Amino acid sequence: MNKIAFYKYIFNIYNRSYINHAVDRLHVPGYPSDNMGGAMKHSKTCFLNAAELKSLFSLLEEKYAIYAPVRVPSGGRYALQDSILYRPVHSFGEIEFHARSTFSLKEVLKPITKTMFYFTEDEFRESSEKDKRDILVFGRACDINAVKIQDEILLHNGPYQDSFYKQRRDHTKFVLMECTEQFDGCFCCSVNANKTDMHSLAVSPHADGAYFEITDELFASYFEGRQAADYTISFPQKNELKVDFPAIDSIETANKLKSHPMWKEFDDRCIGCGSCTIACSTCTCFETTDIIYSQNAQVGERRRTSSSCMIEGYDTVAGGAMFRKTVGDRYRNKIMHKIYGYNARFHSGPMCVGCGRCSARCPENISYPETLKKVSRALEEIKGEEASHD
Amino acid sequence: MTDNPMRPEPRRILEIIPQTDNEWTIRIENSTPIRHGQFMELSLPKIGEAPISVSGFGPGYADFTVRRVGKVTDELYSMKKGDTLFVRGSYGNGWPFEQFKGKNIVIVAGGTGVSPVKTVINALCDDPDYAKDVYLILGFKNSDSILFRDELAKWKAAPHFHAVYTLDSGDKAGWKSGLVTKFIPDVPFSSFGGSYACIVVGPPVMMKYAGLELLKAGAAEDKIWMSFERKMSCGIGKCGHCRIDETYVCLDGPVFGYAKAKTLID
Repeated sequence: MNKIAFYKYIFNIYNRSYINHAVDRLHVPGYPSDNMGGAMKHSKTCFLNAAELKSLFSLLEEKYAIYAPVRVPSGGRYALQDSILYRPVHSFGEIEFHARSTFSLKEVLKPITKTMFYFTEDEFRESSEKDKRDILVFGRACDINAVKIQDEILLHNGPYQDSFYKQRRDHTKFVLMECTEQFDGCFCCSVNANKTDMHSLAVSPHADGAYFEITDELFASYFEGRQAADYTISFPQKNELKVDFPAIDSIETANKLKSHPMWKEFDDRCIGCGSCTIACSTCTCFETTDIIYSQNAQVGERRRTSSSCMIEGYDTVAGGAMFRKTVGDRYRNKIMHKIYGYNARFHSGPMCVGCGRCSARCPENISYPETLKKVSRALEEIKGEEASHD
Repeated sequence: MTDNPMRPEPRRILEIIPQTDNEWTIRIENSTPIRHGQFMELSLPKIGEAPISVSGFGPGYADFTVRRVGKVTDELYSMKKGDTLFVRGSYGNGWPFEQFKGKNIVIVAGGTGVSPVKTVINALCDDPDYAKDVYLILGFKNSDSILFRDELAKWKAAPHFHAVYTLDSGDKAGWKSGLVTKFIPDVPFSSFGGSYACIVVGPPVMMKYAGLELLKAGAAEDKIWMSFERKMSCGIGKCGHCRIDETYVCLDGPVFGYAKAKTLID
């Protein structure tokens, strides 16, 4: 029996003790059902103690660059506030499980700033990945589901693929972090993003170690000889916050909503800083900028940087014409993408996974769920007007 | 990865043709197939990239008429024949030129908006049998901003062309005065027997009112096409800037039929 056949054999033995992970199927009214994948695959679960976690990480690190949320003390926006950021990790203990990460895992796949090309006067040479290993990312179900939305836009929109994204995405595997607790403003269950089947491993931290569930045969060898454990990693079944996510079925209704007075409020409340879109696990927009080296102005880099539709200048064309002149217009455009534009193009659900970061990051305390409620009320009004005209 | 769609290729500048003080046509070597109404991403290392309409093309070359309004176009003005610039594309859907065959063609364009439709006008001018009569209504801000003077004269002289050139402000011999919309009612739609196509390109406000005026003059929605200008960074549906709801102007446009165009509210 060769090595691969052996691992398959072992994996199959473990798979005889199937764990039933059926979760209640959720559905966002007005959107395609089943947009976010099904129940968890058949799998094996084991408990790893501290020593075993250590050896797991050193084995994994041979093949994978491991990214996970870590606590950066005093790295937050205000004094003495921490940030939870995605960083390369080398041990299990570095990973922060008890807080929502400040930014989502999208920045592992599509860094906030990335050098695309190095240029001289004669050529643009593509940047290459310095780390040749594959990528293993720890993330919660909402953030892993958000990757599907990133995939739609960056890989499946039109005839071209984003090579820089694809380069990383093709070599990325996910480790699902069990949500043993929820955070202020989480509403994944309202947008059917509470469960995923895109992960290879799932993990739940416990005193003295962690439970690992292996759902991808590729990883079976790392857990060879580990004692099977009777533990079921679960998905969130409900959140404290429930959002009736609005659904818009036509461009006519969408355009009526655009001219509704509800958006005026945000001219005064929103400062157009773009914090919400940078924190958003689904937003993908970027800008490209050339920089030159101070020693030689003929050579430099073309970089791309995450951009925001909330910022003035996002839609400004050469000559200065712009299409969304007020911050309310820009906020409206952002919300319309989440609740209408994305689904109208890709037919794959809302452009939102309910991670709650946009509201958490807003320096003006603008609540996205509250905006959605206002949208739903505005849509009721629009429907009422349509009915009275019929 | 050798086929990165965002990597620009070097092309030599074959010629620079001044149009006005603020507008130049830059001719570069090109062998990429181009359709009428498409655009390319023009790139200058250090400065950046901008989507620019192809204003002319032929064997071995492509033309871009650029207005000096942004940092990319500013830098273009320092370039000369033989220099290298970088391009990628061509992108966008372009005009439905096949559908223009055998029809009367109405073209309403303003300012630099003449660029994206210029190859169509030239094709119709050079091949009088392709379409029927061509009704050309072109407007410019003032006499200093008139583009393509040589070609304007050529089009006006073509027997199957009915050309009206107008200035928003100021007077000029042989030119009308007023906005392009003022001359749309003169187009004899009732004599076309339903066989016509309309093209509108220009600033957003001009396109909106030109569209309404065309409808008023008797044109049908499904016979009007418009070309949109929006900010684009990538040109290939990734960067997000040009998106209007479910529509990406770079991928689905820049040319839209009126029925679609009227629903595109930024």
